[in-house]
Amino acid sequence: MNKILYKEQLSETVYLMRIEAPLIAQERLPGQFIILQVYADYGERIPLTIADADPDEGSVTIVFQVVGKTTQLLCMLNVGQSVEALVGPLGAPTHIENFGSVVCVGGGIGIAPLHPIAKALKAAGNHVTTIVGARSKELLIMEKQMAACSDELIICTDDGSYGRKELVTQPLEEVCKRETPPDLAVCIGPPVMMKFCCATTKPYAVPTVVSLNAIMIDGTGMCGGCRVTVGGETKFVCVDGPEFDGHKVDFENLINRLSAYKEQEANHICNLDALR
Amino acid sequence: MSDVLSVKERMAIPPQPMPEQDPAIRRTNMEEVSLGYSAEQAKREADRCLQCKTAPCVSGCPVGIDIPGFIQAIADGDNAKAIATIKYSSLLPAVCGRVCPQEAQCQAPCTVGKALKDVDKAVAIGRLERYVADWERENGLIEAPEVKPATGKKVGIIGTGPAGLTVAADIRREGHEVVLFEAFHKPGGVMIYGIPEFRLPKKIVQQEIDTLLAMGCKLETNFVIGRTRKIVDLLEKDGFDALFVGTGAGLPRFMNIEGENLVGVYSANEYLTRSNLMRAYDKDRAYTPIFDSKKVAVLGGGNVAMDAARTAVRLGAEEVRLVYRRTEAEMPARSEEVHHAKEEGVLFHMLENPKRILADERGWVRGLECLKYELGEADDSGRRSPVPIAGSEFEIEVDTVIVAIGNDSNPLIRQTTPGLETNKWGNIVVDEVGKSSMDRIYAGGDIVLGAATVILAMGEGRKAAKAINEMLAQEV
Ligand SMILES: Cc1cc2nc3c(=O)[nH]c(=O)nc-3n(C[C@H](O)[C@H](O)[C@H](O)COP(=O)(O)OP(=O)(O)OC[C@H]3O[C@@H](n4cnc5c(N)ncnc54)[C@H](O)[C@@H]3O)c2cc1C
Ligand SMILES: Cc1cc2nc3c(=O)[nH]c(=O)nc-3n(C[C@H](O)[C@H](O)[C@H](O)COP(=O)(O)OP(=O)(O)OC[C@H]3O[C@@H](n4cnc5c(N)ncnc54)[C@H](O)[C@@H]3O)c2cc1C
Ligand code: SF4
Ligand code: SF4
Ligand code: FES
Repeated sequence: MNKILYKEQLSETVYLMRIEAPLIAQERLPGQFIILQVYADYGERIPLTIADADPDEGSVTIVFQVVGKTTQLLCMLNVGQSVEALVGPLGAPTHIENFGSVVCVGGGIGIAPLHPIAKALKAAGNHVTTIVGARSKELLIMEKQMAACSDELIICTDDGSYGRKELVTQPLEEVCKRETPPDLAVCIGPPVMMKFCCATTKPYAVPTVVSLNAIMIDGTGMCGGCRVTVGGETKFVCVDGPEFDGHKVDFENLINRLSAYKEQEANHICNLDALR
Repeated sequence: MSDVLSVKERMAIPPQPMPEQDPAIRRTNMEEVSLGYSAEQAKREADRCLQCKTAPCVSGCPVGIDIPGFIQAIADGDNAKAIATIKYSSLLPAVCGRVCPQEAQCQAPCTVGKALKDVDKAVAIGRLERYVADWERENGLIEAPEVKPATGKKVGIIGTGPAGLTVAADIRREGHEVVLFEAFHKPGGVMIYGIPEFRLPKKIVQQEIDTLLAMGCKLETNFVIGRTRKIVDLLEKDGFDALFVGTGAGLPRFMNIEGENLVGVYSANEYLTRSNLMRAYDKDRAYTPIFDSKKVAVLGGGNVAMDAARTAVRLGAEEVRLVYRRTEAEMPARSEEVHHAKEEGVLFHMLENPKRILADERGWVRGLECLKYELGEADDSGRRSPVPIAGSEFEIEVDTVIVAIGNDSNPLIRQTTPGLETNKWGNIVVDEVGKSSMDRIYAGGDIVLGAATVILAMGEGRKAAKAINEMLAQEV
């Protein structure tokens, strides 16, 4: 079950894996995610977006950044080994239609979840402008795949080692200012980036979709751990999302809730370092 | 011997106390609190039963166990007969003996309790049930029930709580193929993720699952019906002849008060799932973190609230308070849990209700603002409802708030199964045999009843299993 069929290191901390999951590969739609456990007994359940799927091979592709214990354990697995649990596809799929022109903004690891959405929007007939950003050239992932599903691709790096030396919000603002502003913006990345993207699009009244990465356990609406405040109401990211109207999301609350286990998780990372 | 005891002699036998871990010690471990009767105690307690002809106790048991029958067998020293008698009606005696609210069910109408004017002095039916179930398990005597020759029919069971497990056993016995689907990585439902180890050891639930597997039931974990596969596909593409939906009431309610999304506010489901299912209590081994809380407020008065409070104690909190809007008399929790919680130092705040949760400068919980309540006039149901006392606001200093005010039904199946009728609370509507509005789809347990009990879920499961077996029998 859930054998790793392919593994590739995309950057220093980012890996791509194709994992056997025939039923999920059949059912999944863009915007959905899986929950994975490397070890089912004491292991943590972590959500990862389905970056791509191949129903013929019976596999799903995940792209993940090593940030803590579980992603660390995952990256140490090799082709032929298996993860003990993989459940999905979870979450509500992205609403895909021909909006006209859309701008897709991806930051860091957020480019991975953005890819299937951009691809589907392109296939639905939209004019797709894509803006991707990373801290530096080495950390930029999936440039080719994003280029393939975009009519226009703008690259930014924080240090200027590749593309424009800017934050993604700069080109986003330019796109919003165009004669015909985009009909939709889709922004996925670190919460702070999404927050500023939403602040950028708001004055231009460009509807903006964000995908939230709240902390999850079950992913089926049972625990409420993933709740966020959207438009003053409590929503569960795993079933009501992960995508929401970015102009309504309380990002402070999200960022805050993501910090809940920072200290304890940091401890995990120290332990891991000791292991290496 | 025991049959020569007179009624008077029987009534004179003191209720046998349950051996328990000392509160000071059990506060620091996850092991079971109640240790179970010894053989001598069990016989002595069994001798308290008057073998009433009308057996009022039986009418108090939702599945109608022949209570005097099994108690007589214990008194006669025939444990094998006792467990067989129980299993004729109940499939999960080791569980129900531990978690049934006996004081409101079988023990409530017991003649002995009535005569002694104290329900706590009724014959300890639950403890005796537990005793024989443990006796059977600990002596390795559990045998997988016989399975009839294969019928070629296939039934899918969605959810592996008490309802699903019961249906699986009853249907498999008739020779039908059974596949259990469970969203989590471990089967057992609330018995695994909700009710803590110190009240229901996981090995007992595991034993039930092992028995089902030994009978040839198949188990698919990490399989979310509605997502991984839809109900219609199971029927139309995957060749299932019938389905049973036992997905429980897993949607936590919140209070909708200010501050509920602060860091440090948990639903009881999340708190308990982290600790039980993800084993966060085992801090050295588990990867899933849980707050190192110092001062905890639990909101609610049911079993879920007690479990959350007592878990917080065991995870090392210095102060755990239970805040409940009514009085102890109205608390829906089992009386034994209330008693245990108090012994373990949980502080009870009755007739109080939170107004808002207070944040520190980082957006983490720093306190709870509550209002005092009083009991007002009796309402139509005769219950005196609590009313807030204006201007009675006060603050409690806490770093963690656990909301345990109940669960609604999970909408996933409803949303992904067009044509499946549900009521305004989202519960699946079924007829008297457990059949839903759709052909071949049955349902039972909390998804039908709303958050209820293990024994009711089991009882519903048996009913639905019977109907499914009858339907399939007509088709072969
Ligand atoms: C719907 C969704 C889709 C996601 N898709 C991707 C993806 O495609 N690629 C990717 O690299 N990451 C993705 N994430 C984030 C990913 O789940 C976390 O990076 C991962 O859980 C970290 O686990 P860890 O044990 O390695 O790190 P930990 O040591 O557990 O945590 C490190 C930090 O990660 C964050 N985190 C911890 N647990 C979770 C959790 N359960 N959910 C979210 N964040 C958490 C916290 O801020 C924490 O401080 C997604 C998150 C969500 C909710
Ligand atoms: C903390 C707590 C303490 C309790 N204490 C007591 C007590 O002391 N005594 C008592 O009698 N009762 C108690 N109860 C209530 C009792 O546990 C429930 O009434 C009973 O478990 C309901 O059984 P069920 O089979 O309907 O569902 P559940 O036990 O809820 O099981 C449902 C299962 O279905 C799975 N599922 C849900 N959706 C899907 C899906 N779409 N696909 C696949 N699987 C799915 C869930 O993961 C779960 O495993 C307690 C409940 C809680 C939460
Ligand atoms: S199943 Fe529950 S209610 Fe019935 S006899 Fe046993 S303990 Fe009592
Ligand atoms: S009512 Fe009490 S005394 Fe009478 S048969 Fe039942 S358990 Fe025994
Ligand atoms: S992860 Fe538990 S409700 Fe969303």
